[in-house]
Amino acid sequence: MSAPAGLPPRPAAAAAAFSPGGPGSSLEAAAPASGAPRCQNGPMQSQMQFPSGYGSHLPNYSAPSGHYSQVPNKAAASHLENQYRASYYPGYYSAPAQNVMTSVGSSVLNAQESHQLYNNAPPHSGGSSDRPVQGAVSSASYLHVSAQQSYSAFDNHYSTSVSSSVASQGFPLNSDHYAMPVVSGAVYPNVSYPPVAAGGVYGQTFTSQSLPAVGQFKETNAFSSQSTSVPHSLQQHIPVGYNTTLSTVSSAQAVQDNLSRNLTGSVPKVNNQINTGGIDSSQPVHSVSQNVPFTKPGVGTSAASAVMSSVRSPAPSLSSKPPSSPSVTQSPELALQEGMQYGGYVNNQASSAPAPLSSSSDDEEEDEEDEEAALDSSSTTSSASPVLNNYDALEGGGYPETRSVTGSPVPSPSVLQTSKTSKPFGYGYPALQPGYQNATPPTPVQPSNPGHHSGFQHYAQQYPGVNQLSSSLGGLSLQHSQQPESLRPVNLTHDRNILPVSSVPAPVPNLNSDLRKLNCSPDSFRCTLTNIPQTQALLNKAKLPLGLLLHPFRDLTQLPVITSSTIVRCRSCRTYINPFVSFIDQRRWKCNLCYRVNDVPEEFMYNPLTRSYGEPHKRPEVQNSTVEFIASSDYMLRPPQPAVYLFVLDVSHNAVEAGYLTILCQSLLENLDKLPGDSRTRIGFITFDSTVQFYNLQEGLSQPQMLIVSDIDDIFLPTPDSLLVNLHESKELIKDLLNALPNMFTNTRETHSALGPALQAAFKLMSPTGGRISVFQTQLPSLGAGLLHSREDPNQRSSTKVVQHLGPATDFYKKLALDCSGQQTAVDLFLLSSQYSDLASLACMSKYSAGCIYYYPSFHCSHNPAQAEKLQKDLKRYLTRKIGFEAVMRIRCTKGLSIHTFHGNFFVRSTDLLSLANVNPDAGFAVQMSIEESLTDTSLVCFQTALLYTSSKGERRIRVHTLCLPVVSSLSDVYAGADVQAVVCLLANMAVDRSVSSSLADARDALVNAVVDSLAAYMSTASNLQQSMLIAPNSLKLFPLYILALLKQKAFRTGTSTRLDDRVYAMCQMKSQPLVHLMKMIHPNLYRIDKLTDESTIHVNDRVVPQPPLQKLSAEKLTREGAFLMDCGSIFYLWVGKNCDNNFIKDVLGYPNYASVPQKMTQLPEVDAPSSERTRSFISWLRDSRPLSPVLQVIKDENPAKTDFFQHLIEDRTEAAFSYYEFLLNIQQQICK
Amino acid sequence: MESVVFIFSLIDCCALIFLSVYFIITLSDLECDYINARSCCSKLNKWVVPEVIGHAVVTVLMLISLHWFIFLLNLPVATWNIYRYIMVPSGNMGVFDPTEIHNRGQLKSHMKEAMIKLGFHLLCFFMYLYSMILALIND
Repeated sequence: MSAPAGLPPRPAAAAAAFSPGGPGSSLEAAAPASGAPRCQNGPMQSQMQFPSGYGSHLPNYSAPSGHYSQVPNKAAASHLENQYRASYYPGYYSAPAQNVMTSVGSSVLNAQESHQLYNNAPPHSGGSSDRPVQGAVSSASYLHVSAQQSYSAFDNHYSTSVSSSVASQGFPLNSDHYAMPVVSGAVYPNVSYPPVAAGGVYGQTFTSQSLPAVGQFKETNAFSSQSTSVPHSLQQHIPVGYNTTLSTVSSAQAVQDNLSRNLTGSVPKVNNQINTGGIDSSQPVHSVSQNVPFTKPGVGTSAASAVMSSVRSPAPSLSSKPPSSPSVTQSPELALQEGMQYGGYVNNQASSAPAPLSSSSDDEEEDEEDEEAALDSSSTTSSASPVLNNYDALEGGGYPETRSVTGSPVPSPSVLQTSKTSKPFGYGYPALQPGYQNATPPTPVQPSNPGHHSGFQHYAQQYPGVNQLSSSLGGLSLQHSQQPESLRPVNLTHDRNILPVSSVPAPVPNLNSDLRKLNCSPDSFRCTLTNIPQTQALLNKAKLPLGLLLHPFRDLTQLPVITSSTIVRCRSCRTYINPFVSFIDQRRWKCNLCYRVNDVPEEFMYNPLTRSYGEPHKRPEVQNSTVEFIASSDYMLRPPQPAVYLFVLDVSHNAVEAGYLTILCQSLLENLDKLPGDSRTRIGFITFDSTVQFYNLQEGLSQPQMLIVSDIDDIFLPTPDSLLVNLHESKELIKDLLNALPNMFTNTRETHSALGPALQAAFKLMSPTGGRISVFQTQLPSLGAGLLHSREDPNQRSSTKVVQHLGPATDFYKKLALDCSGQQTAVDLFLLSSQYSDLASLACMSKYSAGCIYYYPSFHCSHNPAQAEKLQKDLKRYLTRKIGFEAVMRIRCTKGLSIHTFHGNFFVRSTDLLSLANVNPDAGFAVQMSIEESLTDTSLVCFQTALLYTSSKGERRIRVHTLCLPVVSSLSDVYAGADVQAVVCLLANMAVDRSVSSSLADARDALVNAVVDSLAAYMSTASNLQQSMLIAPNSLKLFPLYILALLKQKAFRTGTSTRLDDRVYAMCQMKSQPLVHLMKMIHPNLYRIDKLTDESTIHVNDRVVPQPPLQKLSAEKLTREGAFLMDCGSIFYLWVGKNCDNNFIKDVLGYPNYASVPQKMTQLPEVDAPSSERTRSFISWLRDSRPLSPVLQVIKDENPAKTDFFQHLIEDRTEAAFSYYEFLLNIQQQICK
Repeated sequence: MESVVFIFSLIDCCALIFLSVYFIITLSDLECDYINARSCCSKLNKWVVPEVIGHAVVTVLMLISLHWFIFLLNLPVATWNIYRYIMVPSGNMGVFDPTEIHNRGQLKSHMKEAMIKLGFHLLCFFMYLYSMILALIND
């Protein structure tokens, strides 16, 4: 079985060293570091890394003994309690104030955690001296800060700690940045990295997360120069190396704690310096104030202490800084408060703001706050980033204004003032108009402070995404005259222009304005009926499905993040407190789902936003229907897992021929640093043809080592420990492998594919940790377990009769998926195949493990450039998007309603609990509901989804969405509130189920019946209508059109040649796409773009974006003189008419005339002409509105690809299907029957 | 001879009753979230075939021993059992599929089915008991 191939196997000695070597020994070995033989280094490294990231936590949880002893006496007492918290979630603002000492201790602990190994090993000091270039490092470190800091990322801790120390000086942020380099240098050198490598690795890795790293870095520099104290810290840190590190560590922890608890010491200074403090400082002090004393413990000691010492005694490390800080004088409380409010805010900005702003602005702020902010807002990065819809910023999904409770949303005046140093401050600033934020990143901060309230209001308007503006506006207009308007009868056969001018708005629930403002965004959470019928009987009468469409993990631009020691939930149904609960009095609240009366915890009485006591209803949890909590240890069954990525690649002849490896490896190389994760991130590769090849990437090897296992019937892991390696430690080897991989199999003659065994191996590899498996497959698996046979009969492709084989052929993949799901592993499938590959069976591996599926029919890297480009873009998004691990989602609803069916990719673990091994921002879900008990005694119903996940930074988080809808008792009200897009999407999901479990024809009939029944029911309620006409309420006027579009969609169409895999893929998409994407898939948007004008434009990011009206999807709208853009969600078609204006072709397409436009054109040239600019800005605006960047395909009339375009013109008649008008007549006929 | 047939049927019927009770208990465990869907389904799927066989044997026995009424009574249930077993889609893990059991009210319908079978087997039990006693007396 396992035979070394290509590369020499490791010497036995290395292995031996590995296993016996305790941490200590490994360290020692490492100390000699660079010179040491690689084989030795490798193992050691892995061990060290490991414990720090993952295993090391255990000690914290259960066995404190070792660590504690080291901890300085003072801290020790509090340690036990705090340990957990401190390390994980520094920011409990409300937690009873722990002494500073505690925090220090905890920080120490963290340090210990991560460094336990180090401490033990004597040779520590050796590494300190080498330090990578500061510049690079510092920037990297900065990023770190912004990234969330959880205990998991010990790097972060260090950085944080640094900041704390800095804080004392008054420039916390800067110090952080600077300190970081030191830290990285100091810490990692031990590890035996060559210094340069260390700097590079770490810095880059983190950097990747936040785009603007460079900018930040610069700022930092500038900042430092300005602030006197900063330079100090820098200098100290740098030379000291270890000392600084330690100090930083301890301080960092302290900072974190403080953040939440209040780091008084540093804060006051800040305030003083900045002057900003004045306003807020006056506010009542929080409980936090106790902390104040803390700052000083460390102060007295000399900075010089060795790392080891510092670890043990946090205080000394601190000491170095304190001298510099003058500000102590201020009352701690003031400082605290300030820190709390502003700090959080500042932090957010810092973290969120991509670049510069944060650093300088916050200088004063409380380090802690910063820390916290940083923690929370790690995600923020993206949001703040100048690019409007920058999906790259993963973690946060970007909430620019993430505010932890501590950092109240109210912009702290101090922060603003701080900004003097830093220009870009305006970015994250909550008070600014949304457009403003996005558009002008570098605006200097304005000194004026908006009141708290202003900040807060801003809050309420979430999701200012530009493209949503229009829809929300539309919604607003609806509000005023909703009843009459949505019920206005529309004669479908007479009204030909039923499409709205721009996108179809989501109906706004008929609630009072307060509730409406608080309600969840329709992009995250939508119900098919915005007026819930009172009884099941009424629902049955309406003939519309009741269900929810969810997009719970989507990238948000604004998300309040709440760090609180207790998450307030209903005691009986466990609902999270939300804006729709009622407060009976100051002390009690009534759950809106089960109506139980609960007590308001003491801690909840304090409102960090207004900093007042006794206003629980003003807390962010109660003011926002979408919030994210940082969860405590109660919400984890095990320490949060690291990010683990495994790639399983098909390298058979077919795959090599298609050439996807080049694109994949290239994308991976480019995005290696942007993979979401922390310092524990691990990665591995498996390739397979008729055998399975593993790659030993253990750090220390001179080159990657391939291990071939040919026994595919009984697959085993040749070296279980070194196949999944730490991304940062083995980065060079990984890069080597990725560079070599595309050429390694060029001459292969192996045509078989042993996918099943490879997956089994992957499962074995992943099961200890969980994570993500990405499978690339190019053909039908033909060997080993899970082999499949071709089931498609090409002659049946266009049959109008039965379509068979929509279901899986074997349960192998389903079982595998369930096994994976149980081990918190998701399998994502990339199928790049030119022939039938039985996607119906293969898709099971992703469907039930909460993975995602990508399919590239007839993929070839050179023959099919459009697909190749699409793969490239998809991969970029796929690799860099946010990811949540070991997630579960629970959907709760008001008593009386119940969920009976779920749609999406997941495993339903119990009646309302979905198990999601991974959750990604592009995943949508749908549920069908029924009304079990009459809702007559209530006027509102609520739905709440809570998604508990581990962020890639190792933080446990809960994202909660709450939707509130009115209950109605009359049928016409039910129709008035129908959300036609949601209804259609839910029906599509149901139809997919139906076609798999029953037959395609059944599903099609059910779709048609849905329209017929509901319209008939509506017409029977409106007795004054003439029965001879086909009348629909305005809210449902698009219903028949969408259903017709569904019937002509690849998934459900008959009579047109459709390959089975294409059909199955379309079905998979329907189940797993969120509503917005699904609607584009079902009913694409068509625009005429050859005559774009500046009328009715909108302004985004200083660009003028024209808004051409939507066109009917009918050839009658196409003219030979025009050019049309069709937006199908994942692809844009640009159809150019034969007689299109030559100016347009010249300016926009860049060719002199129609004839010279090439057949395969996927880019628009940048021509300096107004029409070209308009077109490009329009297209890029469309692109920015979605996570996947669609490929543009230019289509000429004689192009063979034009069928792709014309098949989307769904209002036209085809040989196999009705035109829209015929369809309407058909419906009318059936109604009259 | 006839008494032997009914004694065997009685024993078989007892086993089927126990099986039905086991199904009901396991399904209600799942309903209350005491066990997860995966283990519930693997437990139950193990007993689907024995149930089919157990019931088919009695039915055939009745046919052979020419007890037409009892045979006709058993026939629909036996047919349903076999039909249900045969009609499991190839991708499913058995009659009870963990990925679908929470969907479309399947759990409820399985429960209902198990209840009905329990009632049916109880009825059969007394019928066999009566017939057995009658046969013993006649002997």
